[in-house]
Amino acid sequence: MGEQLLNELVWPVVYILCIAVPLILAVAMFVYWERKVIGWMHVRMGPNKIGPFGILQAFADVVKLLLKEVILPSSANRVLYYLAPLLALVPAFAAWAVVPFDDRMVLANVNAGLLYLLAMTSLGVYGIILAGWASNSRYALLGAMRSAAQVISYELAMGLSLVCVLVLAGSLNLTDIVHAQGGGKGFLDWFWLPLLPVFIVYFISGVAETNRAPFDVAEGESEIVAGFHVEYSGSAFAIFFLAEYANMILVSFLASIFFLGGWLSPLQGWITADVSPWVNWIWTGSIIWLLIKAFLMSFLFLWFRATFPRYRYDQIMRLGWKVFIPITIVWVLVAGCMKYFGWVIAGTGA
Amino acid sequence: MIDTNLLQLICFYGFAAVTVAAALAVITVKNSVHAVLSLVLAFFSTACIWLLAEAEFLAIALIVVYVGAVMVLFLFVVMMLDIKMEQVREGFIRYLPVGIIVALVMLGEMLALIGVRAMHAHVLGADPAAAVGLSNTAWLGGALYTQYLLPFEIAAVILTVGVVVAVALTLRQRGDKRHESASEQVRVNPRDRIRVVKMAPSRPDEPTASQEPLQ
Repeated sequence: MGEQLLNELVWPVVYILCIAVPLILAVAMFVYWERKVIGWMHVRMGPNKIGPFGILQAFADVVKLLLKEVILPSSANRVLYYLAPLLALVPAFAAWAVVPFDDRMVLANVNAGLLYLLAMTSLGVYGIILAGWASNSRYALLGAMRSAAQVISYELAMGLSLVCVLVLAGSLNLTDIVHAQGGGKGFLDWFWLPLLPVFIVYFISGVAETNRAPFDVAEGESEIVAGFHVEYSGSAFAIFFLAEYANMILVSFLASIFFLGGWLSPLQGWITADVSPWVNWIWTGSIIWLLIKAFLMSFLFLWFRATFPRYRYDQIMRLGWKVFIPITIVWVLVAGCMKYFGWVIAGTGA
Repeated sequence: MIDTNLLQLICFYGFAAVTVAAALAVITVKNSVHAVLSLVLAFFSTACIWLLAEAEFLAIALIVVYVGAVMVLFLFVVMMLDIKMEQVREGFIRYLPVGIIVALVMLGEMLALIGVRAMHAHVLGADPAAAVGLSNTAWLGGALYTQYLLPFEIAAVILTVGVVVAVALTLRQRGDKRHESASEQVRVNPRDRIRVVKMAPSRPDEPTASQEPLQ
């Protein structure tokens, strides 16, 4: 009884914490990194007062937010107002259950992992809509409507681009998808090459799906103050913040897994030497490669934010419906041909 | 030891209770947004029940399609509505007899259906996916795209026609609509819009005594 309880209850919780705690820390450091990078791009210093190089700024912000009062606006819907941040946070964290960090290093190696990811990312929009509605504020409602329309539109392009990955890999299991990108031609075996337009569509849709600049009309400061979370303060706001950044990191990881070979090394197949376990990971692949790829992808989020002006609403809708969805539909057919005629063979030599 | 079957049964009854409670809440709660959220909960717990029955594809598809897309749009519409509950309440007693008759007829039909099915009941075969050794999702994909390809494609065409019709019915072209073409905007040449003129710097002549108006 005791041993079974340990295996079925205690260890999964420990594993979940092994993902969630580093994720929360990563969000904190990512916020710091964002402010630093955007500072450099603006020829400013960025945060530099708290801790060496301002590295503790994020923790100071967390403490500040947690100590603040959570204000309930008058005639707001109390239950939904407090429920909304949780509805935004839970899918953002739950999606990590199927993310494979390394070969056999995944919390839940489910067969329908890709579908599960689509389900989880589509649930996140409830937190945003309900936050906007329950706040009893015009600005919040407008932000929620903009956000919902945008997320639904870009979800389609995102889903269709994942269909291309699915066609080439022949599996919905994320570990299998990474294995399908193995081979003897190094980084040329990864899916970014046969699916290049789809890779770009996927990542831009990911930026739009997380409501980040240049797609951040949902919280366009100059128009609707802060969008759906305008009435939230203190820890409730911090939860929205956490969910948004966790989603950004998730999109970076997923783009790395689907298109950049996950934990596989860019040198795979070119070097087969057996030097020492400390060096072998450079060509056999390890979680370090996944972290490097995800870091570079998440850097793009910050680069976009510092570079591009905000899209207008009709431009966002046009890009999603008239550009991205046709591209992905055509590329589903192209990917089908690649698979059928054997131009791309999944997992050669792996 | 924890009996897995017992655990599954407990889970099933838990999810089933939540589903029924949520479904009841859909038709009883006063706030229409709460009703939509209860419907979301009902879908979600139904998906959990399907997951217990190892129909993982159907369960996740239910969440992706209904919870993730259909109900979001539903919520979107309901949020915009300003429903006066008093007016809805007024009709309740008047339409109650009709409602009860409809409910009784439906109940009778369902019971008859279940009864007829029970008479012809035969034991379901073993799980075909497990028999082939494939995952539920892979087996379903194979079956849909080989054995049932034609019905599947017909369903897809019908859905597409539905989408096209919905757009065609609601699309109203206004005569004075100003149209913006992104490709034209991209193709525009700055030289067509502005002309940069080069000219030597000059300054107005210094006023001299002779040019000054005489008093």
